[in-house]
Amino acid sequence: MYTAGIDMGSRTVKVVIIDNDAAGAPSVKKTHLMFPGDVDGDAAADKAYDDALAAAGLRRDEVRAVFATGAGRKTVNFATDSVTEMSAGAKGVSYFFPSARTIVDVGAEEGRGVKTDGNGKAIDFAGNEKCAAGAGSFAEAMSRALQMTLTEFGEASLRSDKSIPMNAQCTVFAESEVVSLIHSATPKEDIAKAVLDAVASRVCAMVRRVGIDKDVVLIGGMVHNPGFVQALKSSMDVDEVKLPEIPEFVSALGCALLAAEARQ
Amino acid sequence: MIANYGYKDGSGEYYISIDTDRCISCAAGRACLTGCPKGMFENMTDDYDDEVVQVKQQFRRNLAYDCADCKPSGGHASLPCTTACTPGAIKHSW
Ligand code: SF4
Ligand code: SF4
Repeated sequence: MYTAGIDMGSRTVKVVIIDNDAAGAPSVKKTHLMFPGDVDGDAAADKAYDDALAAAGLRRDEVRAVFATGAGRKTVNFATDSVTEMSAGAKGVSYFFPSARTIVDVGAEEGRGVKTDGNGKAIDFAGNEKCAAGAGSFAEAMSRALQMTLTEFGEASLRSDKSIPMNAQCTVFAESEVVSLIHSATPKEDIAKAVLDAVASRVCAMVRRVGIDKDVVLIGGMVHNPGFVQALKSSMDVDEVKLPEIPEFVSALGCALLAAEARQ
Repeated sequence: MIANYGYKDGSGEYYISIDTDRCISCAAGRACLTGCPKGMFENMTDDYDDEVVQVKQQFRRNLAYDCADCKPSGGHASLPCTTACTPGAIKHSW
């Protein structure tokens, strides 16, 4: 039996199709990422899903159930059901790390902390409805200001051992702090570290609301930023932050797993 | 589930947490829905098909301001929401 999960994020649509008949655990048959650009919510979901099916060599009627998540989950008209990002993320993480208790999800526009019960169920969550300085897009904007890619920005931060506190709580003021650092000829790697430390500290403050229990797992696009992972470890004061194999697809995978459970 | 709605900014940490397990068998007849003068709470069906309440989306970014009238400086000794919710599901972080 095939099931699918669709994560309708603010910038991307992610699709995961899983084969639930594989020996042992369900196996991921296909992952598909689409940047919808100007395409509308439901049309974007349709296109991303059709492309994923084509790549997997499947027809729609071969997939028994489709669950949707993400900010635009209600726009996925063909979804069998929809679930929140907390439940989808918790389920997806349990596939890779059954021992996970704290999930830190940092995407482009928002971050959240989720506590799980050890069986892939979310039992506590906290988000930050206001502060984009605790999300990936802020780090991205600051990397552009330094004329670096986000990858270069993350790598540069690892070469710094300076600790420059950034006090601003919102992106606008934080940006002006970065501009001051640039004007005072502060080395780029030190600025990069200051920015990633600031994002990590905001994320950490939010995760503390749900409590930090081991194992801690980071999901979302910021997994690819080694500087942020390091900053988060220091900020949370933990030895290890586990990183799943397909970090951007974890929530879509969680949806596909929940869809399979609902069909059993 | 403990659901924390709100934010932290330069002036403080503003979260309303709801222990949604208590909402499932609410012994207060969903008194929070009418108890809050701003109508901040609403029913929802969660991912486990349980009927619980949540803070409405439009209030989650402005709690410090929207709840100010109910806080001690606004003349209330106790908060209407926490008083109405006798099961004790609602907590404020500030
Ligand atoms: S918040 Fe309190 S009053 Fe409202 S539904 Fe939940 S338990 Fe009942
Ligand atoms: S403090 Fe007042 S305005 Fe805020 S949630 Fe409670 S009853 Fe509503």
